Amino acid sequence: MLNMTTFSSLPRPGWGLCLLALLVTLTTPAAATTVQHWETDNGLQVYFVPSPALPMVDIRLVFNAGSARDGDHPGLARLTNTLLRDGAGDWDADTIAQRLEEVGAQLSTSSERDMAILNLRTLTEPDWLETAVETLVTVVGQPTLTQRGLDRTRRQALVALQAQQQNPGAIARRTFFETVYAGHPYAHPPLGTEAGLAGITPAHLSTFHQTYYVARNGILALVGGLDRDQAEALAERIAAALPEGEPAPALPQVALPEAEQTIRVHFPSEQVHIFMGHPGMIRGDEDYFPLYVGNHRLGGGGFTSRLMDEVRTQRGLAYSVYSHFSPMAAAGPFLMGMQTQVTQADEAVAVMRQTLETFVASGLDEDELKAAQANIVGGFPLRTASNSGILDHVAMMGFYRLPLDYLDTFTDQVEALDPVTVNEAFARRVDPTRLVTVIVGGTD
Amino acid sequence: MKHQTPWISLLLVLLLLPGGLWATESSPVHEFMLDNGMKVLVLPDRRAPVVASMVWYRVGSGHEHGGITGISHALEHMMFKGTHAHPAGEFSRIIASLGGRENAFTSRDYTAYFQQLAAEHLETALKLEADRMQHLALPEDEFIQEMRVVREERRLRTEDNPNALTFEHFNAVAWLNSPYGIPIIGWMGDIDEYTVADLRDWYDRWYAPNNAILVVVGDVEPEAVHHLASTHFGPIPARDLPVVKSRTETPQRGERRITVRAPAQVPYLLMGYKVPVIMTAEEDWVPYALQVAAGVLNGGQSARFARELVRERELVASASAGYNPLSRLDNLFVLSATPSAGVDRAEVEAALTESLERLKDEPVSAAELERVKAQVVAREVYRRDSIMGQAMGLGMLESVGLSWQLGDEFAERIRAVTPEQVQAVARRYFDVDQRTVAWLDPLPIDPDNPPGYFDGHLR
Repeated sequence: MLNMTTFSSLPRPGWGLCLLALLVTLTTPAAATTVQHWETDNGLQVYFVPSPALPMVDIRLVFNAGSARDGDHPGLARLTNTLLRDGAGDWDADTIAQRLEEVGAQLSTSSERDMAILNLRTLTEPDWLETAVETLVTVVGQPTLTQRGLDRTRRQALVALQAQQQNPGAIARRTFFETVYAGHPYAHPPLGTEAGLAGITPAHLSTFHQTYYVARNGILALVGGLDRDQAEALAERIAAALPEGEPAPALPQVALPEAEQTIRVHFPSEQVHIFMGHPGMIRGDEDYFPLYVGNHRLGGGGFTSRLMDEVRTQRGLAYSVYSHFSPMAAAGPFLMGMQTQVTQADEAVAVMRQTLETFVASGLDEDELKAAQANIVGGFPLRTASNSGILDHVAMMGFYRLPLDYLDTFTDQVEALDPVTVNEAFARRVDPTRLVTVIVGGTD
Repeated sequence: MKHQTPWISLLLVLLLLPGGLWATESSPVHEFMLDNGMKVLVLPDRRAPVVASMVWYRVGSGHEHGGITGISHALEHMMFKGTHAHPAGEFSRIIASLGGRENAFTSRDYTAYFQQLAAEHLETALKLEADRMQHLALPEDEFIQEMRVVREERRLRTEDNPNALTFEHFNAVAWLNSPYGIPIIGWMGDIDEYTVADLRDWYDRWYAPNNAILVVVGDVEPEAVHHLASTHFGPIPARDLPVVKSRTETPQRGERRITVRAPAQVPYLLMGYKVPVIMTAEEDWVPYALQVAAGVLNGGQSARFARELVRERELVASASAGYNPLSRLDNLFVLSATPSAGVDRAEVEAALTESLERLKDEPVSAAELERVKAQVVAREVYRRDSIMGQAMGLGMLESVGLSWQLGDEFAERIRAVTPEQVQAVARRYFDVDQRTVAWLDPLPIDPDNPPGYFDGHLR
C-alpha cells in the first residue's frame, strides 16, 4: 500500500506499447457475481462467472503446487511453473509465444508459497479463443521441461536472487519468513535458494509436474463473455489435458514462536526496513472477519488507520506503513511493515510496537468499528467492478474451498460484528510478547 | 491451423463491439466546457454501480526549474493536508466513510487526484475536490511533517534502489536544458529547502479551473455529471496562467556515457535516444512507427529481445525497450538490460546496439508487424475492463495537450504503420552520437565493513 504515488519513470516490460483508452459505451447490464460451480469428470473444480459486456475471457488455473511443495529443492515449484511455457508438445518457446501473441492473448504464470497459477486472458472470437486455449492446454498438460530451458531459467533465477540481495526490503521479507516459519515449508523464498536451485534436474521438474499439475489438485476459474455451455465445454477441454491425480497432502500446522525475537541485518542503505509479526491465520479461519476488520483499523485501512496516523501523519517517520493478515493454507503471517531513515529506526520500532500493544490491550471503540465497517461495506462493489477483480476473488474462494456464497454474504458478516467480538479475537490471536522483529539496514 | 488470417478476424471482432471501434461520430465520451475554462469528460460504463473520478492539473516536474525541483509532487502531498473548511485528513476520512479509495500521482506533465467509489457518492468527491482547488490551507506544522514523509519516499524509491538511482542520473545527463531532466520527486537538496511560501506560490500559479480537467468514468449520466461539475467547479474564477516556455532541448553533440557506482549486486544498462512524441512530431506517423519499433523489440515473449537475447543467445536475464509517445515534449526511447551472470558488459551493449542497427538495415517481417498490431488491438479491449484505466487514458491525453479523440484513432494509426516507416524512424533517431548510455557498476555490499564512500551518505 503506497499512498500518494509518484509515477515511476523507469522503463518496464510492457512499456513498449503504451495504450490509450478505448472509448465505447458498455450498455450490457452488470454481471451478477453469483458464482456457478461444478466438477469435471476427472475432478477439476470449476468456478464460473459470466460477464458478457466485453468480448474477452479470463481463464485461471490454480494448483496446490507452490513453494510449500518444494521439498528438498527450494525453487523447484517456481522453476516448474516458469518452464511450462518454455516448450510443450511439439512447440518450442518461440512457437508458444507466437501462437498466443498473434491472437492478442496474454498468458502469465506465477508461483508463490501456496499457489501455482496459469492465467490466460484472451478475446472470445472463436478462432483466437481456440488458438489460445489449444496453447494453454498443451502448456499445462505436456510441457517438455528440457535441460537447456532449465539451465537458462535457473541462471535467471540466480540473477533474481542476487538482485534481492541488493534490496533491503526483500532481505527483510526473506529473513522474516525464515525466522517465523523456521522448519516449515513456508520458510524459504518461492524463488528458491542457491543450493536448492543448483540440485534441480529435469527429472525433478517432471515428477513435480506429474504430481501436482493434476485435476484433483487444482481449480479452474472462468470469468468473461461465455455462456454456461461454452464454459462447460472449455472446462472439459482443459480438464482433459490433466491426469486425475490426487490432492496434495495438508501442510504442517504452524505454531506461534515461544518468545519474542529481534533480528538485525546490517546493510548499506539510507533506510531501515522493519517487519514485525508472527503467524496469523488460515483461509477460512473462524476468526477471519473480526481479525480482518480489526486490522483494518490498526493498519489495513490506508490513510485512516492508527499506524498511519501514529507513524506518518503525526511523526513523519515513514512514507509507507501498514499491517495485514495474509490468510494461507497453513497460518499465514500477521505482519506490520514500514521503512524509515536509519537514525530513526529505534523510534519507529517503538512507535509501531506501542501502537500494536495499545490496540491489543484496549481494542477499538464503537465509532472506530463503524468507520471500518462503512469503508469495507461501502467499498465492496469496487472489488467486483471488473472481470479481473471478480477473477481474483473467485479463484481465491475456489482454491481455499470457501463457501460459494462467500461474496454474497461478505458484507453481512462484516456488519454483524460488534467491538467486543473484534477486540476479543484480536487479543486472543495477536500476542505482542511473541513478535518477530526484523530490521534491515544501517551499519551499527 | 485455424488462425490463418487473424488480422481480418481481429478487425471483425472490433467492428462488432458495442458502439464500434472507429465509430467516432457516435463516441460515448461526453465533453463539456465550463464557463471558467475547466474541461469535463464523462464516459458512461454501467457494468457496476461505481465511478472513477479524477481531477487533472496541467503541471508537473516538466514545469519546474532548478532549486524547486519536485515541488509539484510536494504540493500533491500537501493537498491532503487540509483546507479552511476541512482540516488535515478530513478529505480522506470522508472518502473512507463512503467506502471510497483515493490517491494522487505526479508526473512530468500533470498532477492528478482520484477517487473510486459508489456512483451515488460522486457529488461528495467533486465538492471536496472543488474545495481544495481554491482553499488549500498549507499549515506550517503539517508542512514540516509531510516533507519528512516526502524525504522518506525519496529514500525508499530512489536512494536505496540502485536501478532507480541509475535511471535518475541517466535521465539527468540525457537532457541538458529540457525540464524532463528533472526527477519527478525532486533532488534531495531541493526537498530540504522548500518553504510553505514556495508551495503557496506553485499552488496559486497552477491550480486554477482553466488549468484542470475533470474526468468521470462509470455508472453515471453525462448531463448529471455536467450539472454537478457546474455547481461545484463552475463558480471558481479562471486565472491567468503562466506562459509555458518551450525549453527545447539543445542539440546533442555526441554520445554521453556515465557510470553510477552504488551498493548493488547486479549490473544494469540503460541506453536512451531522443525522439519526438505525438505532440512534437513533424510527421504524424513517426510516433506510431516508434511505438511499433518498441513492440518488435519488446512486445511480449515472441519479440526479439525475449526470443534472441534472452532465450537464444542467453546474453541477458532481461531486456526491455520502452517509448511513451504521450508527453508534452520530446522523450527518450529507452533500452534497458540486466546481463546474464558472467556475460561481458560490452557484449550486452553491443547486442542492444545491434538490435537497433538491424531495424535500420532490414524491414521488419510481416508476421512481426501483425503480432504487434494484434496485441495493440487486443489490449484496447482488455483495458476496458477497468474504469480507472479508461479514466487514466482520457486524462493523460488531455493533460499533455492532445485531445481525447486521439484515443479513438490509436489502433488505426498503429495499423497503418509500414515496415518502411519503422526502418525510417530507426535510421533517423537511433544514432550513436545522439544517445546516452548509463551502466550501474555494483559496489560490493559488505554489511560488516561498509566502504568509506558510504560514510557521508548515512548521516
